Amino acid sequence: MLNQLLSADFPRSRALSVVLVAILVALALAPFIFPGTRSLNVAAKVAVFVLLVASYDLLLGYTGIVSFAHTMFFGIGGYGVGIAMAKLGPGWGALALGTGTALAASLAIALAIGLLSLRVRAIFFAMITLAVAAFFQILASQLSGLTGGEDGLTFRLPELLRPGTVLFNLFGVEVNGRLVSYYIVFFGALALFLALLRVVNSPFGRVLLSIRENEFRSEALGYRIVTYRTVANCLAALGATVAGILYAIWLRYTGPDTTLSFNIMIDILLMVVIGGMGTMYGSVLGATLFVLAQNYLRDLMKLASDGLAGMPLLPNLLHPDRWLLWLGVLFILCVYYFPTGIVGKLRARR
Amino acid sequence: MTMQAAAPDANRIIARIAVDWIPLALVPVLALAALPLVGSAPTWVTLTVAGLAMGMMIFMMASGLTLVFGLMDVMNFAHGIFISVGAYGAATVLTRMRPQMEAGSLAADLSAMIPAVLAAIALAGLLGWFFERVLIRPVYGDHLKQILITMGGLIVFEQLIHVVWGADMIPLPRPSAITGAFILGEAAIERYRVLAVIVGLAVFAAMWLLLNRTRIGLLVRAGVENPEMVESLGYRIRRLFVGVFVAGSGLAGLGGAMWAMYQEQVTAQMGMQVLVVIFIVVIIGGLGSVGGCFVGAMLVGLMANYTGYLAPKLALGSNILLMVLILLWRPRGLYAIGKA
Repeated sequence: MLNQLLSADFPRSRALSVVLVAILVALALAPFIFPGTRSLNVAAKVAVFVLLVASYDLLLGYTGIVSFAHTMFFGIGGYGVGIAMAKLGPGWGALALGTGTALAASLAIALAIGLLSLRVRAIFFAMITLAVAAFFQILASQLSGLTGGEDGLTFRLPELLRPGTVLFNLFGVEVNGRLVSYYIVFFGALALFLALLRVVNSPFGRVLLSIRENEFRSEALGYRIVTYRTVANCLAALGATVAGILYAIWLRYTGPDTTLSFNIMIDILLMVVIGGMGTMYGSVLGATLFVLAQNYLRDLMKLASDGLAGMPLLPNLLHPDRWLLWLGVLFILCVYYFPTGIVGKLRARR
Repeated sequence: MTMQAAAPDANRIIARIAVDWIPLALVPVLALAALPLVGSAPTWVTLTVAGLAMGMMIFMMASGLTLVFGLMDVMNFAHGIFISVGAYGAATVLTRMRPQMEAGSLAADLSAMIPAVLAAIALAGLLGWFFERVLIRPVYGDHLKQILITMGGLIVFEQLIHVVWGADMIPLPRPSAITGAFILGEAAIERYRVLAVIVGLAVFAAMWLLLNRTRIGLLVRAGVENPEMVESLGYRIRRLFVGVFVAGSGLAGLGGAMWAMYQEQVTAQMGMQVLVVIFIVVIIGGLGSVGGCFVGAMLVGLMANYTGYLAPKLALGSNILLMVLILLWRPRGLYAIGKA
């Protein structure tokens, strides 16, 4: 059972297993263990970003492609739901339509980008995707009639998912629409994460690894690398789109800053590399660590910064807004010294 | 002895054969094609000057990137940081020179701007040296890691800019004598744009002379074609790498300073914002080609200004369209270089 669920790809480290189980339990029971809006927001964000980062890892860690268009697909998911709900009203039909359209659009764009530019070298692909993503961002802010421009779209969800809808009480916690939304996000992300785990442990995933390790030799063995890369690109795009859809459902909002911005692309890179490239579990650790740091490290840094108030420059280095600086340093150290990130470190220790 | 005497001659002949005029002709063709679309001649002149000025600034920022790629096979995704740092360097000097900037005479303005620009170049060059030494050197030859490492450098140094100069935007007023416009015929031409064109042309000319008429330039060009061969002839290609990287960063700093004065403000993100356009220019020109980069920058600058006037919503889209069209025509860019 467990073997099938995890596609025979176990954490292979006791410490890692403990951490993963802890994260899973914490996320699964978040509404009951950590009541409160802020912590539930953090939990939902972790779930969404685990999926987003795992789908990016399929590209970066398993196939060895650097794409900067991942937030674009994230955004397509968000805007697909957002536009459908805002224009057609809060019904399940609109939600389904938005989801379907977003997935189809992502698939078509990923296919086009893949076929046109995955034949060339990694650097070229990275540059092209950066340009395409920038173009998409401009497009989203310019078509303000459709997308709400810089303000984004706020929309209402179907009756069942609204915070006001109270179903019943469970262990003293009110089971309301917010909770139902949370579990849609959680189980959606979990299911897709397991699906991605299945993909990377399939024969297809093994070919991707061989392409990453030695492109020339894989081709000599008879694998069409462009096809494999394009399929990987499409799967990753679909994963990101679903993440975008779930995030939009959770936030009841879609806008450039929550989905499309280049900062999110940088966040994803940080999560993948710090968690561990080429290990799906790395995305769980990376995303959890990052979102927690984003929300709680600042409080710690504020304490440290206030403590050092009199010194020159040091308080600035520890200013709460500079938390990204330290994650950036960690990122660089990871790329140099432990390219398989935290997961690789834990596995090496056993 | 005879070899050395013969080399420049052969060089000149090869250069003459190899010049490919078609991409170069695209610039005036694009400008003339826009004339009937824009309609009025004075507007067209204004737009063209603006486009050329923008192109020159983009060229300054992009040339280092393309040269570094050509020589070292390194695509620096943190190139935008050099632009930002140059801009901050210039802003730091300029804000201390208020009196000279408000004096109103060109000489006083220049006495403020020249140190500012020199500071920008020095600061960006220094940062470039650090980048090459510490960050990029361990990952030569590994593209994936290069992209990741330079992205990491981008994150860290963007944050460090915030640490040193603060997180807020710094307004940067232009010196008084080069603000405003003068009237030529019926067209209003901003003074600063003319200055940008002059500086850009000077940089291009200096680069062209350095690359084509000096021994160092010869080595750099040879290194772009075949680095192992240059090394086997006894030259230390590493030193060449460092030199080109520092020079490229310095140029980006200069471009950043000019760009900041053009925008009249400085932010840490400005480099990253221009980077997309720079990538488009570098791809259009052919990775590694300085001449292609120049032509590409002019095309992009003109295109952005014409479409900005004709169809404002399409401004950035037009550059992507331009890139797609050019790649359909020449898949490796206007002037393809050996290994790209």
